[in-house]
Amino acid sequence: MTQPPFTEEQVQRYARHIILPNIGGAGQRKLLDARVLVIGAGGLGSPIAMYLAAAGIGTLGVVDFDRVDVSNLQRQILHTDADVDRPKVASAVEHLRAINPTIDVVGHDTLLFSTNVFEIFEGYDVIVDGTDNFPVRYLVNDATQFMGKPLVYGSIYQFEGQATVFLPGQETPCYRCLFPSPPPPGTVPSCAEGGVFGVLPGVIGAIQATEAIKLITGEGQTLEGRLLLYDALHMEFQEVRIRWDADCPVCGKEPTITELIDYEAFCGVPAQA
Amino acid sequence: MAVTVKLPTILRKFAGDEARVQAEGATLAEVLKDLESRYPGITKNVIAEDGGLHRFINVYLNDEDVRYLGSLETPVAEGDTVSILPAVAGG
Repeated sequence: MTQPPFTEEQVQRYARHIILPNIGGAGQRKLLDARVLVIGAGGLGSPIAMYLAAAGIGTLGVVDFDRVDVSNLQRQILHTDADVDRPKVASAVEHLRAINPTIDVVGHDTLLFSTNVFEIFEGYDVIVDGTDNFPVRYLVNDATQFMGKPLVYGSIYQFEGQATVFLPGQETPCYRCLFPSPPPPGTVPSCAEGGVFGVLPGVIGAIQATEAIKLITGEGQTLEGRLLLYDALHMEFQEVRIRWDADCPVCGKEPTITELIDYEAFCGVPAQA
Repeated sequence: MAVTVKLPTILRKFAGDEARVQAEGATLAEVLKDLESRYPGITKNVIAEDGGLHRFINVYLNDEDVRYLGSLETPVAEGDTVSILPAVAGG
């Protein structure tokens, strides 16, 4: 198969990738042809989307419904002081286009629900989850499993982060193999209650962007089957195994969840993307 | 058998803000019981009312989920590390 040539501008822009073993021209071509959706334009979504835009992901989607608040700026580096009160998606699209005007950046200014998630995900090959609440995390997991799309997972709390990759298909784990259902209300505090160390989402988000790029280029070894744990306060990384659960309600042998669920808001945090 | 227990942020308040503590026992159940006796309340959200493990907080022996080893009856050895890991959703 003949690959479309790069433009001169692309050769210059992506030169450090094109000369890099394990990416090269073929890998950069795959990135340019890829369609990636980032859920949330917040702490995790900021570095994820910024690195993916810079890397030349050909079609980069961002979903969020929120507006930029001044308290976001301590960690959500996609937005600036001048963006306070603007819709996050508008701010995100503008700044991502400024980073790389040669890619297609698509904003989805909406909450994610069971009623729109299939339609939005349809246009993308890889989904990267940077949301901040359990209802959307379960919705995104279930939708990607039902649609057969890879999911790059990351989440944070105070000084600790988690990241992994969930692949669709036979006998590979999904988020529900790890945690079958959301925790009961009151057992887990939210970011707003617990606070979050501003640099933490930078570390976890950069790991998620790394995994998305590896899924697209097919190079290296992803975190599939491994949950990476990061403790910023003690500067420790740890890995634990994630096994496919034959009793998983979504991807097990006899699934009990076969349609999307809109979990109610809980922990005082409304369901939001 | 002395093991190291790694605590997630939400449980550190029970243990004087320590990230890792020592506990004794020959099985995971004994380790958690010892942990509770040292730091009352710390296993409240780890062990369910029916005496089993909750499903929204996972427990690992070294790098393996104890669900695949024998749950609370999982034997532990001197020097093992038990990690308690809650689901977190922040972003």
